[in-house]
Amino acid sequence: MSEVLVLVDHVDGDVRKSTFELLTAAKALGEPTALFIGDAAQGEAAAAKLGEYGAEKVLVASDPAYDEFLVGPKAELLAELISTRQPAGVLVPASAEGKEIAGLAAIKTGSGILTDATGVAEGFVATQSVFAGGYTVESKVTRGTPIIAIKPNSVAAEPAAGAAAVESVSFAPSDAAKAARITATEEKPASGRPQLTEAATVVSGGRGTGGDFAPVEALADALGAAVGASRAAVDADWYPHSAQVGQTGKTVSPQLYVACGISGAIQHRAGMQTSKNIVAINKDEEAPIFELADFGVVGDLFTVLPQATDAINARK
Amino acid sequence: MRIVTFVKYVPDAAGDRTFESDNTVDRSVDGLLSELDEYAVEEALKIADGDKKGTEVIALTVGPDDAVDAVRKSLQMGANKGVHICDDSLEASCAVGTAKTLAAAVKVVEEEEGPVDLIITGLSSTDGAMSVVPVMVAELLGRPAATQASHLEVAGGVAKIRRDGDTASQYVEVPLPALVSVTDQINEPRYPSFKGIMAAKRKPLDEYDIEELGLDAGEVGAAGATTEVVTLTERPPRTAGEVITDEGEGGNQLVEWLASKKLV
Ligand SMILES: Cc1cc2nc3c(=O)[nH]c(=O)nc-3n(C[C@H](O)[C@H](O)[C@H](O)COP(=O)(O)OP(=O)(O)OC[C@H]3O[C@@H](n4cnc5c(N)ncnc54)[C@H](O)[C@@H]3O)c2cc1C
Ligand SMILES: Nc1ncnc2c1ncn2[C@@H]1O[C@H](COP(=O)(O)O)[C@@H](O)[C@H]1O
Repeated sequence: MSEVLVLVDHVDGDVRKSTFELLTAAKALGEPTALFIGDAAQGEAAAAKLGEYGAEKVLVASDPAYDEFLVGPKAELLAELISTRQPAGVLVPASAEGKEIAGLAAIKTGSGILTDATGVAEGFVATQSVFAGGYTVESKVTRGTPIIAIKPNSVAAEPAAGAAAVESVSFAPSDAAKAARITATEEKPASGRPQLTEAATVVSGGRGTGGDFAPVEALADALGAAVGASRAAVDADWYPHSAQVGQTGKTVSPQLYVACGISGAIQHRAGMQTSKNIVAINKDEEAPIFELADFGVVGDLFTVLPQATDAINARK
Repeated sequence: MRIVTFVKYVPDAAGDRTFESDNTVDRSVDGLLSELDEYAVEEALKIADGDKKGTEVIALTVGPDDAVDAVRKSLQMGANKGVHICDDSLEASCAVGTAKTLAAAVKVVEEEEGPVDLIITGLSSTDGAMSVVPVMVAELLGRPAATQASHLEVAGGVAKIRRDGDTASQYVEVPLPALVSVTDQINEPRYPSFKGIMAAKRKPLDEYDIEELGLDAGEVGAAGATTEVVTLTERPPRTAGEVITDEGEGGNQLVEWLASKKLV
């Protein structure tokens, strides 16, 4: 069977859920090989977990350049592996970094790239949702190696036994790839909540919160959800930009999206309309978010959310 | 300094965005300068405003006849010069084709005007929304890219940016000439003033076809596309969900619904 390369997304060796989803997608297309870029020991430790989702091989590539520079060295490595291993295709997470690595590798290898896929079928046919969900498009790559960036939460990760044979890759990044130097990093305090793009549930607050996100956060915690925000809430400095959902923020496709005090502007919808279930709480029954909602409550979020939070906690 | 900003003309998201029978984006509908590229123009103008030695800002677009509107708006905002790459054979370009065209256009600008120190682009186009064209162009030109800048400072032949990620902010430096893509957090784009609108009418605006860029028709457009649309389906209108009005039990009813869907 032909090899399908999967770029592993991890934080200090902790593999993100989206990677298991990619492995599941890869398994349906061929034999998954995971590419772990980072610390060698962390890569070896992660291999077992990658094997649980079907990785037959785990390539571990380590070099200080991967941390010291933006995507250049990683993209060069991926391009090199595409040229030497000739995989049937490459799957990467549709994160900002994943897409940049994929784009560069496409140029370097004369390949085509499809981004923000919500699924991949036989022959590397990718499904995409475009124009704020107005259309569903199926596309394929016609030149070089198909490189496809898949959105988190699009494929249900399924455990499958893989040999996870670790192979270390030695590859020295070129000077040209080492141009965008990271000179400093400031860690942000952790919220303790799930990561926004990966969370199974997202509860978002908008201008309707008036700046008080406490009821939104309480509901999120009762549901084990990540907290999102509309741009209006972010622009007002009520919530950090990293929580923004929409065209200029994160794209999320959770099992459940709860929009609280959000009107549902097209730019917001662009970031959440592929969610499996959408719930809206809004005072204004005319709010466009209700056109998307599977369940809507016309009401004041300051009474509806606490009641829902209590009811959920009471069920536990 | 000389800065080129990439400005894309996109269908208006507030209007009806559709496709043609050949599966390409219908560009006959009302369009405008992609809002996210306004931040790129503004950032270039801010650098020019602060540069006593004079910085030239050139707005560059690749697109059909109407795409010149994106350049015009940039000129109205304050860019000095416009460049429009327009050619029938560019239709249905994929990201790779667009990147090749933009890279070739930058080279022509350099031949005509002189070296380009900095390319500033938006974070992503509001129609394609791939966020890959900037790094692709940088790669084709052999220049470093510092992407997703929420802050930019240019001094001493170096561009320094800050990029705000989920778990950390990073500070990144690239030597010029370089490409920087900017987010909507970086500035507040100016509105064209009446004076700006009048002045824009007299600003130079060059148009090139692909032959003048030294590109072959087989490399770009539909002929050079690296991807192909297989099927295209308009999503059936979402079946209206259940909407209730809170009369004291709204929160509880919501949880009952969640439970019926096994979401709690
Ligand atoms: C280039 C560009 C990019 C953009 N990108 C994004 C993006 O990525 N993400 C994004 O979200 N937006 C984006 N926007 C902005 C978008 O157009 C909207 O302005 C924004 O989404 C509105 O946020 P909102 O729904 O919170 O506020 P509003 O539209 O003001 O809606 C607030 C809602 O809260 C309701 N409300 C008020 N009080 C209560 C209460 N007590 N209880 C219940 N409901 C209440 C109101 O009825 C109203 O419907 C972008 C815009 C542009 C031009
Ligand atoms: N046809 C185009 N003309 C000019 N600039 C473009 C074009 N396509 C993309 N760009 C630039 O590349 C950025 C990212 O586009 P994309 O990769 O399509 O999301 C945009 O914000 C623009 O600055």
